[in-house]
Amino acid sequence: MAETQGFTSCFVGDLCFGVEVARVQEVTYGSPLTRLPLASSRVSGLLNLRGQIIAVTDLRRCLDLDARGAAEVPVHLILQTDDGCISLLVDRAGDVVDVDEGDFELPPATMRGRARELIRGAYKLGDGLLLALDTTQILRDMDQTPDTGERR
Amino acid sequence: MSHSRAHVWRSMTGIPNKNAMCADGPHGRALALIGNVDPVLSEFLVESSENLDQFERDLVGLEQRPDAHETLDNAFRAIHSIKGATGYLGLSKLGGLAHAGESLLSDLREGRAVVTPAIAGDLLQLVDFTRQMLSDVERTGSDTAINCSALVERLEARRPHQPDAPAPVEPSPAALPRPVLVSNQTRPSQASRSVRVDVAQLDALMNLVGELVLTRNEMVEYSGVQQNPLLLESSQRLNAITTQLQAAIMKTRMQPIENVWSTFPRVVRDIALECGKQVRLEFDGQDTELDKTLLEAIKDPLTHVLRNCVDHGIETAERRLLAGKPAEGCLSLRAFHEGGQVNIEISDDGMGVDVAEVRRTAVERGLIAADRAGALSDQDAIGLIFLPGFSTAKTITSISGRGVGMDVVKTNIEKIGGKVSVHSRAGLGVTVRIRIPLTLAIIPALVVTAGGDRFAIPQAGVLELLRLNDGAGTGMEMMGDAPMLRLRGSLVPLVRLDAALGIGARPVVGGVVRHGGGHVIILQADERVFGLVVDDVIDTQEIVVKPLDRRLRALSMFAGATIMGDGCVSLILDVTGLAVHAHVLAESRRSSDIVTATASAEVEDEMEALVAVTGDHDARMAIPLSQVMRLEEFPCSSIQRLNDRDVVQYRGDMLRLVAVSDLVAGAEPRRVAGESGSSITTVVYAAAGVRLGLVVRRILDTVEHRIADEMPGGRRGVRGSTVINGRVTQILDLEALCAADAARAEPAPYLHDVAV
Repeated sequence: MAETQGFTSCFVGDLCFGVEVARVQEVTYGSPLTRLPLASSRVSGLLNLRGQIIAVTDLRRCLDLDARGAAEVPVHLILQTDDGCISLLVDRAGDVVDVDEGDFELPPATMRGRARELIRGAYKLGDGLLLALDTTQILRDMDQTPDTGERR
Repeated sequence: MSHSRAHVWRSMTGIPNKNAMCADGPHGRALALIGNVDPVLSEFLVESSENLDQFERDLVGLEQRPDAHETLDNAFRAIHSIKGATGYLGLSKLGGLAHAGESLLSDLREGRAVVTPAIAGDLLQLVDFTRQMLSDVERTGSDTAINCSALVERLEARRPHQPDAPAPVEPSPAALPRPVLVSNQTRPSQASRSVRVDVAQLDALMNLVGELVLTRNEMVEYSGVQQNPLLLESSQRLNAITTQLQAAIMKTRMQPIENVWSTFPRVVRDIALECGKQVRLEFDGQDTELDKTLLEAIKDPLTHVLRNCVDHGIETAERRLLAGKPAEGCLSLRAFHEGGQVNIEISDDGMGVDVAEVRRTAVERGLIAADRAGALSDQDAIGLIFLPGFSTAKTITSISGRGVGMDVVKTNIEKIGGKVSVHSRAGLGVTVRIRIPLTLAIIPALVVTAGGDRFAIPQAGVLELLRLNDGAGTGMEMMGDAPMLRLRGSLVPLVRLDAALGIGARPVVGGVVRHGGGHVIILQADERVFGLVVDDVIDTQEIVVKPLDRRLRALSMFAGATIMGDGCVSLILDVTGLAVHAHVLAESRRSSDIVTATASAEVEDEMEALVAVTGDHDARMAIPLSQVMRLEEFPCSSIQRLNDRDVVQYRGDMLRLVAVSDLVAGAEPRRVAGESGSSITTVVYAAAGVRLGLVVRRILDTVEHRIADEMPGGRRGVRGSTVINGRVTQILDLEALCAADAARAEPAPYLHDVAV
């Protein structure tokens, strides 16, 4: 019997992604964001999470997808990282899914685009694929601040 | 990677574990971890550590003034207290060591011996051994791990021979009760009036107060809406009390920087001795207060910079004398608050950084490609010393030059949100400047809006507020496309906050932002004053500074963020970062000040003679008199054409003529000749084989101008601007203008050939 691992599932468009349960601190609808001028376009803004100010990145933007409609309310997936929390905005959060390590597949070589860079691979579920997000890659995306030019 | 960092950092501190007691010793973690430590023992550890610090300070003082009785008494008392306590704690080995030191000090005190460098050295070693033993006691409960018998013998041997001297290495039990009594007598009042508090507890308090301040802000805002007099009254009381509480708690965390500096005389003494140099250490601003955690964080970086200064910066006495400097080098430490930040400067009067050597070494170590190194400005080249793996020391010494160091200093200062820069003047010395923002603090701030968002500006940087009239041009002038404000006779550049941040809600037409309406906040960034145009000024508030995510730190125009009364997040502007971003403060200029030609410090109040002239359309310009060779009038009839250029014969040579307005605008020169029969007025410039006649409309005057009043210019060839006779006047840099002109006049490939 192969090992199982828990993933918090979340959705962007019709894609189903998963983040290791241990990395997800909480799922929340946040208050309005404060935009962060001059930051990388991957940074959507700042969120007040009970007195803690955290940076927000939108999985849609990370994937270079179209912006969400005004009526759609996104969900913050608060992720724990070595340098404090960040929020990952997704369209909808799903259940925690236990996946079998034996069902893991690396991304196919034919897969292209941003999604290819942001996932570690996929788990075959009964009703589709769970794309395992590479959170370090998402964090790296936030780190670039090309608009400032003041970096030394 | 992180592993090697940790190792590096340890090795930087020199003597391993020397700082263990101070860093995370009895005050902090270690004590908390060992839950079952005897309270008497822990009290002893804390007190001994303080006594040792005192003892060490006194010793270094003694070395300089060997006959200072009071200092001797203090030193004696400090070591005596340690010895006293070892008896009842059963730390016989430590007791023996302390006893040997105490006996020697007793001889010194009673004049039977004098302090020599050798004696001081042994006593300082006694401090090191004692510290090491105390940290062993803390960890293992025993003082037996270290062999100090050699030191004990040496200390004994230093004593003048006395037949009746009590020389037991073990403390005799009979001698014990008295020392304990004495130790209690020396500091009774202190002990009864103060309480030791774990720093972690202070941190927790601080966090709670931060939250309380936020809640208070919400409450005050809410009660304003409610119109309930009772609620209003209690919310006002809450407001006042919170403010007081906040101030009180902040104060408990603040400590003078002296607490860290006090160990430096010893550090410098040791290194100077090892390097065979003479170094004097000077302090300024010891009482500058810093948050406790920041204080801890800067200790090691500062120590390392000091080591570097003594080892690499200050020359040996012989070399100093040869260079016409006093034999004794001077290291000075300065601390002060400025713009809501703590500034710490470490300066030496040594030989300065050898920029060429830095370039060469960086290339040698493969840190940078040779062509790139050559292209760097001197200031940027000095920045290379912050690269990991850099070291210019010819020989690797035990003090510095392990090829690690300045990068670790930089990393550690940046970790607490600070900045380090090195300024060097060849032959005159190096200044290392460290700026630490008060990230942990609650600060008063001005809340403004721009582009629909709210921003907080730390009050510390705000000089004044002005209302900008809608009427065109009240006090506002355009210099090129840069708006300037005339403020009591000096020119202040204006920056639109929304435009600078790229959040302009207003239409931006053709790159020129509509100006008019709104408020101007006059800000000070370093030495530069500028005006920030915002839509509205809302309020002043106490805000809690929360640092931005580490991944967003590159956004240097933001000092952090805060949570406003309504729960929304607002960004806190970093005035200096914003000035640099908006090009009000050129990063290169800021740093090159000191590197190129000793500018900033010595030029501060210097006057300069300028020749004021007018160009086309009555534009005012000024040329430094030092760059002017002569002022000449040429009759128009004498102008000739040569290769499509206007020239005149001048002193047996050809002098090319160009209209100053064309030169400044970088335009293709037009013909300068006016109507025949008239004449042209020319400023003749000559330098390094280039001669040029600048045709001006009129020569107005020569004026004395204070360089410090000058606004730096952004354009090539325009050094800056100032106000002369009430008119905005551009100060030209003829050297740069002529270089640009020469490049235009000659086809590029040809120029290249000539250059080679």
